[in-house]
Amino acid sequence: MKDGSVLEMRGIDKSFPGVHALQGVDFTLRRGEIHALMGENGAGKSTLIKVLTGVYSKDEGQIFLEGHEKAIAIRSPQEAQRLGISTVYQEITLCPNLSVAENMYIGRTENMYQNWKKINSDTNKILKSLDIPATPTQQLGSCSIAVQQMVAIARAVDMECKVLILDEPTSSLDEQEVAKLFKLMRDLRSKGVGIIFVTHFLDQVYEVCDRITVMRDGKLVGEYAIKDLPRVQLVSKMLGKELDDLSDIQGEQPAYNKGDNAVPVFEAEGLVSDAGIKPFDFHIDKGEVNGFTGLLGSGRSECVRAIFGADRVTGGKVKMNGKPVKISKPIDAMRNGIGYLPEDRKIDGIVGDLSVRDNIILAQQVLKGFFKPFSKAEANKIADEYIKLLSIKTASADTPIKSLSGGNQQKVILARWLFTHPEYLILDEPTRGIDVGTKVDIQKLVLKLASEGMSVTFISSELDEMLRTCSRLVVMRDRKLVGELSGQDLNQNKVMNTIAGGDK
Amino acid sequence: MSSSNKKSSSISLNDKIKNMTETNLLLTITIVVFFLMYIGAMVFQGAGFLKPQTFFNILNANAALIILSCGLSIVMITGGIDISVGGVTALICMCSAVYLDYHDGNVFMAIIISLAIGLAFGAFQGFLVAYLDIQPFIVTLAGMFFARGMTTIVNTKPFNVANESFLALKGTRIIVPGMGSVNKLGKYVNAYVEIGVIVALIVVIVFFCILRWTKLGRAFYAVGGNSQSALMLGINVKRTRFMAHLLCGLLAGIGGFVYFMHVGSGSASNASGAEMDAIASSIIGGTMLTGGVGNIIGTFFGVLSLNTIQNIVSSAGLDQAWWTGITRAAMLCLFLVIQSVIIAYKKK
Amino acid sequence: MQKNEVKKSNGSNILSSLLKNQICIPLAALLLLLLFNLIMDPTFFRITLEHNSAGNPVLSGFLIRILDNGSELAILAIGMTLVTAASGGQDISVGAAIAIAGSVLLRILCGSNSRPETIQAPIIVGFLVSCVAAMLFGAFNGVLVAYLKIQPMVATLILYTAGRSIAAWVNNNELPIVNDKTFTYFGSFIPGIPIPTPFIIAVACMIIMALVLKFTNLRLYTQSVGINGSSSRLNGLNPEIIKVLSFVILGICVAVVGLIKVSRISSINYSVIAKDIEMDAILAVALGGNALSGGKFNMAASIIGAYVIQCLTTTLYKFKVQSDALPAYKAVVVIILVVSSAPVVREWFSSMWKKLKLKEVG
Repeated sequence: MKDGSVLEMRGIDKSFPGVHALQGVDFTLRRGEIHALMGENGAGKSTLIKVLTGVYSKDEGQIFLEGHEKAIAIRSPQEAQRLGISTVYQEITLCPNLSVAENMYIGRTENMYQNWKKINSDTNKILKSLDIPATPTQQLGSCSIAVQQMVAIARAVDMECKVLILDEPTSSLDEQEVAKLFKLMRDLRSKGVGIIFVTHFLDQVYEVCDRITVMRDGKLVGEYAIKDLPRVQLVSKMLGKELDDLSDIQGEQPAYNKGDNAVPVFEAEGLVSDAGIKPFDFHIDKGEVNGFTGLLGSGRSECVRAIFGADRVTGGKVKMNGKPVKISKPIDAMRNGIGYLPEDRKIDGIVGDLSVRDNIILAQQVLKGFFKPFSKAEANKIADEYIKLLSIKTASADTPIKSLSGGNQQKVILARWLFTHPEYLILDEPTRGIDVGTKVDIQKLVLKLASEGMSVTFISSELDEMLRTCSRLVVMRDRKLVGELSGQDLNQNKVMNTIAGGDK
Repeated sequence: MSSSNKKSSSISLNDKIKNMTETNLLLTITIVVFFLMYIGAMVFQGAGFLKPQTFFNILNANAALIILSCGLSIVMITGGIDISVGGVTALICMCSAVYLDYHDGNVFMAIIISLAIGLAFGAFQGFLVAYLDIQPFIVTLAGMFFARGMTTIVNTKPFNVANESFLALKGTRIIVPGMGSVNKLGKYVNAYVEIGVIVALIVVIVFFCILRWTKLGRAFYAVGGNSQSALMLGINVKRTRFMAHLLCGLLAGIGGFVYFMHVGSGSASNASGAEMDAIASSIIGGTMLTGGVGNIIGTFFGVLSLNTIQNIVSSAGLDQAWWTGITRAAMLCLFLVIQSVIIAYKKK
Repeated sequence: MQKNEVKKSNGSNILSSLLKNQICIPLAALLLLLLFNLIMDPTFFRITLEHNSAGNPVLSGFLIRILDNGSELAILAIGMTLVTAASGGQDISVGAAIAIAGSVLLRILCGSNSRPETIQAPIIVGFLVSCVAAMLFGAFNGVLVAYLKIQPMVATLILYTAGRSIAAWVNNNELPIVNDKTFTYFGSFIPGIPIPTPFIIAVACMIIMALVLKFTNLRLYTQSVGINGSSSRLNGLNPEIIKVLSFVILGICVAVVGLIKVSRISSINYSVIAKDIEMDAILAVALGGNALSGGKFNMAASIIGAYVIQCLTTTLYKFKVQSDALPAYKAVVVIILVVSSAPVVREWFSSMWKKLKLKEVG
């Protein structure tokens, strides 16, 4: 092992049936650095992390850890923990039915007995020092997702680890919480902890990281110091190609002119649901692309869920093309020509075990009714058509959707809604957690659909993506609609100001 | 539970319920319902229920069920199920009976045999569930089939045990001081419990402590709450699942022998439906089949509630055979509805 | 990736794709059982045309007995498969529900007098009423599962506990006897037709189910609700109604089985009728390779699973195994089946296989 490094992985190889997920990957983590691990979906980041934490066993290769002469074997997550490798995963990996304190300490001691007093007081100290708004005896499930995530980080931090792996920890945190986390990460860095940071947010990488390792298609692309790798180059390394596509879309300034007397396709007045949003007014015209923006948790998803009837609507009037309609559940919205691609693909989007074909025809099939199934031949034709149209990468239409990559799953869901030929399509975070190439495809598709006369509401966490695609932005803050921006006002500063509420 | 009760004054009841863990909330409800029911019976039906012996008789008759239910609660807390306990009990009764009578065995060895049978079932089922990842329902269903079938294979005809030292043990009554009552002839009769009740109480206390204060006990809850997370938190999920089934098997062994001590016979129809009674008791006691929520003390009161309601119904004159089934079902239904309402309420 | 596939595409590929098909598990088990019987005693396969006491031509033989006695299980397996797929759980109250359905049927046919000279109502009326009763109880289970979100096994535990008591209560704990010749046809033979009626009924149920699956979206809806309820809702489905529907369909199956069961003996025994049949029905679904946690299902595999169980039962009876001891043998078979089909075990075997092959090559 080289001096100064805490962790070295050499020639790691891992195969799954049909996939060579890791091909001789090297990775080095130095003491006291924050090291970004970057790559598109399917690049092998998660697999590498899982090999390192003992979830998967490696087929070949060696792992060296500071303080161990020989290569170490990591056979289970417990063993990884014992060796000082702690992980905070993207999805919360704590037990919701246990108390905060228990979640901090469970699985960590060889002690047979559980000393409640001690863990409660210890936890209290840690929570205080990290400024986490929770009490030790509180049931974890009653905390907000962000707090749960922070408890998970607090746990890892408290384990005095040499290697801390943060696997997309920021995806459920708002800005202040992210700032808090970064402060924590810097503290840890100064204490000599090596941190592996996996994220999709480029901004965050350049804000806190010292080094970047880029992976693509299960192979190592290279390791770079942060100052040697400008953003554009990073993205092109991740993609393995130059970024013409991205600049393409940037140049496409959305221009939208509606006729003076045109009736909006969809119009809501005082719409409110039981998900805790304030009543809001909203309208969208034919062929328009607009967006809901705001911080995570500002209520932007809840608004579109209310429009689609996904949450229980408790008040307000809704009109389609000027005609009053009643939307109380998703099927009502669908019958009125609204489609909705939900925020959480895994929970609300895909039907995992069903084939790509069934996933594509599902919504239209429900619209057609119980007694009118598509014949097998029809269904196959439809599926093939959309697989081609959206260039979905799948072995066949019979493949279960869960075995596709995230981006392709998202395209299938998109195909599902396109097949219902909606007048008004709502896309909630269609680009989250998917690779850059697919992101661009989806943005382009949105613009194309709009030019063909479809109205689209587009939501994304990435502001520049919104600015590129939307001609009007509805801004949310604290579950309230606080402003609408269009035309000249559509620029980063103005939007940020409105979101932050400092617009004076 | 106690901590949230003490700080009550400033917090509204609403918040208090929300801050309580599901386990404690359901436990509280079970205990409250049991006492209300029992006090109600004392007030409105008087006579029988005022005598402590009525209560002790419920304990005597259900000591084995309490032990079996504890085992089920553990498995259910880890998110599994075991429907073999009734069959294992029957098998234990038959084997012990055959050993004691036909082979002239001693009671101590009979106990060892019982425990060994229980542990063997627990270990085998646990291995299949935990390490081969087979659905617990199917595994223990097979276990139940096997145990019931084996009972008949071991001996076809039901018979009563005549072994003297066993009968002495079976007949042992432990006097509960100060709880006796005067009978119709004006004679003072001492209140008593059988040995099984003492065993059951020890089991309840020991396993309550295990679940509350040991690493293993907490691992049961963690695995039941979210097994994927538990794995990431560094818990050996497979071993924990295995241990849950093993302990359940051990308790089936103990419970089986206690049942045997109560009925004193070997028969294929012994403990029929005991697995369902045990599951029902666990649920009434606040254990959720989804895992991660439950409490042994609750289970204890679950068994008592299930049988008290039955006593109330039959002493109210509804003694036709079918009322038993219907009341038990009604009770179970009530508790299930309460549970689901609470969970829905807490989610908001 | 593609290169690997090309390399592997030899004879073993066909075998492995066959092995992957869900239906092959119960089918293999069935063949194994039949093979066993063939070796032990080929008369197992003899089918003869005899005349029963009424002078009607009837087929008899062990195979016919399997088809006859397996009917109830096969019909139940249809409903149980749907319930399993939609709710991710099993209905353990079917035995008790059969008791209720049978009891209601007898109550209608016999009226208040438990042993009348003639039946008091047409059989079809009795059946329809028992059907409605069974569907109502199914709906009760369904509502508990779908709307109150109680796990199916626990929710149906209620009816499991109460069912036989309710059945006894319907007829005031008397044991009515139907005195009607036509009524016995459902459980035996229709004059002139040598095939057992229960089997004809079972086939009819299968055909109806096959048609329903072909001409409605029942399969797609049930599967998507079972796999991902939340996503199904956002696609316009009502998961609650689909779940209740599956329980109601199971209710219909229960009523049909009730009719056959009661017709077999023209009477009822509340505590014995259809005893433990719920376990066999669940087993049939599991043997069919369907995940008991719900989602995708294969109806044909479940039905074959049901006949596997019946075949096993009949084989054991043939070897003079006591009926009470039967479960022990069943259990052994079940364990062998589930262990050999467990993914962990399969993986282990295939890796062993590979090692062996490598050694051979070496």
